[in-house]
Amino acid sequence: MDFIRDNLPYILAGISVGGQYALIAIGYTMVYGILRLINFAHGDMFMIAGLMGVYAVTWMPLYLAIPFVIIFTVVLGFLIERVAYRPLRSAPRMSVMISAIGVSYLLQNLALYVTGGLTKTYPSIPWISNTITVFGATTKVVTVITPILTIGLVVALMILIHKTKIGMAMRAVSRDFETSRLMGIQIDNVISMTFIIGSFLAAIGSILYFSNYTGVMPTAGAMPGLKAFVAAVFGGIGSIPGAVIGAFIIGICENIIKGMGLTTFSDAFTFAFLIIILIVRPTGLFGEKNIDKV
Amino acid sequence: MKKLSILLALVLAFSMFAMGCGGSSDDAAADDSSAGGNVIKIGVFEPASGDNGAGGKQETLGIQYANAMQPTVEINGEEYQVQLEIVDNESSTDKGPTAAQNLVSKGVSIVLGSYGSGVSIAASDIFGDAGIPALGVTCTNPQVTEGNDHYFRICFLDPFQGTVLANFAKDNFEAQTAYCLAKLGDDYSVGLCNYFKQAFEGLGGKVVYETFPDGNSDFTSYVANAAKANADVFFAPVSTEAAALIIDQASAQNLQMPILAGDTWDSNVITGAAKGKNVDINVTTFYQEGGNPEFDEGIKAWIEGDSTNLANNGGNTDLAAVTAMGYDAYFTALEAIKLAGSADPADVMAALPNVSYEGVTGLITFNEIGDANRTTAYVKHCNTESGIWEFVAEQGVE
Repeated sequence: MDFIRDNLPYILAGISVGGQYALIAIGYTMVYGILRLINFAHGDMFMIAGLMGVYAVTWMPLYLAIPFVIIFTVVLGFLIERVAYRPLRSAPRMSVMISAIGVSYLLQNLALYVTGGLTKTYPSIPWISNTITVFGATTKVVTVITPILTIGLVVALMILIHKTKIGMAMRAVSRDFETSRLMGIQIDNVISMTFIIGSFLAAIGSILYFSNYTGVMPTAGAMPGLKAFVAAVFGGIGSIPGAVIGAFIIGICENIIKGMGLTTFSDAFTFAFLIIILIVRPTGLFGEKNIDKV
Repeated sequence: MKKLSILLALVLAFSMFAMGCGGSSDDAAADDSSAGGNVIKIGVFEPASGDNGAGGKQETLGIQYANAMQPTVEINGEEYQVQLEIVDNESSTDKGPTAAQNLVSKGVSIVLGSYGSGVSIAASDIFGDAGIPALGVTCTNPQVTEGNDHYFRICFLDPFQGTVLANFAKDNFEAQTAYCLAKLGDDYSVGLCNYFKQAFEGLGGKVVYETFPDGNSDFTSYVANAAKANADVFFAPVSTEAAALIIDQASAQNLQMPILAGDTWDSNVITGAAKGKNVDINVTTFYQEGGNPEFDEGIKAWIEGDSTNLANNGGNTDLAAVTAMGYDAYFTALEAIKLAGSADPADVMAALPNVSYEGVTGLITFNEIGDANRTTAYVKHCNTESGIWEFVAEQGVE
């Protein structure tokens, strides 16, 4: 019982942060699956969603603020694709990547300008910010609901991809860009939809993440974004289940390493682990050649 | 198409620069008072963004208030207008030197700052090479003034502060085991933790010491580690940004342990984060609100009278000790300029060791290293119901 009481906080924290990474990682992996683009601005989208959450609650009641944050992020994601990526559709892939890096810095500096560089405290959302006790470990409710919500959303996403028309179009585009265009698929719409889904999940992720770790600063998206990207690569970039499992493994791994007293090396171990996995399986855990890349 | 993409990248890059510079140039422009006639420039080397942005802004406020109170200085019978040159060192040891270079090229006579020892150490050589004296306001790491002639400071040092805190932990909480948390690569928190560790182990205690990497915002496991180690006190002299997250997490995990920290935590960011939470926070600091009622009243009215100042102070008029220190630093600098009888940096530097100034935070005199002679620190406790600091004790070292 002592063993559980001592170690449960780390595992809980790991599962929770893993779920939040997973929600971000899906955005990376889906965009990569379809556009072969690493959307570097995704982590900053996540930060902007957090910042918007801080400001939205001062403008409107909470039950409106949460949908507003989600809608705002979705619109922002859509606009970024429209303005910074779509005009470069036929440009070399490297140009789009540079554009993504530019958007990332633009968002960070915009946040720096708006906040004046100060950390904003994320509002506490009733119920999910409350504390509960799970088998003797005291934590926030959000820690417990994150994995449940994450898995629910992933299941819904898988249904969307495998059972609906737009999902079928996404799978087709991810397989072969040109051929699907010849088959009459409106690839611009499919790509927009991808960004919308990615942004939606990032917004949910930001609400969960910042409810638990309440400081929103302009660089707040960098580390979670990087970890989520690593999770996506880890699971095999392009594969949604891979990204989710990768995110959970990374979240749990880094917390257990911290719990072992190796706090200084927690990030180093996480990334070293990634290198080892990639040496053994260069395509990541689930990144097989024939997987549905969406 | 290729051209278009290059163009787009360029546009993005330029807009980035425009955004990045926007914030700091506004601040500087606000202080350009009547620039005609005799002008002497005082450089303000403080963070306005990054980890220590909040604290740096509060320290700058004290300097700005002092400048508003006393905008001129008399040198050899001539009236000089004092102009503040404010730069943002972004709390970053790699961007700090650029900001310092900026001050040098503006031709300042003396530099005040920075909040955060790491940036001060990183920029020290730039001021030294240019022959400009620097006056540290609240940078408490010994290395700031060690081994050079140009860096002075008006605050106490970390070996002193660490010992005070170790004594306090032992005396007030009868602590046997202390959990220390520092930020990896941060001179201030790592240094202070080491001095605390030395002193605390010297008193017969046991220390568990851990560090967290830059950019970390998940303190769940650190708080859990402290609980697992059965520590009696949680010592975390980290930046206020990290502090707010630690407080939140300590409360969420119901950590029944007093939290101790150094001067950085004396900020309304901390009282704001701790309000309504189940935490017990104690800090050492330079100044206790109420120590000089006249000063308190004046600066509060001044902060309240301007929305930018109010925002820079975190939205309320609670005084941070660093603000009082900034105020004293400005007047100490003026004192040195008067004593030098010249605006030449070399003369000011030569005059600084002989300055003696009675400020709101106490008498300021310098020893041979360039450190202020200070023998007491104030200990404050955060009242989590009202969200204000309460005075606990004045603590020295035997």
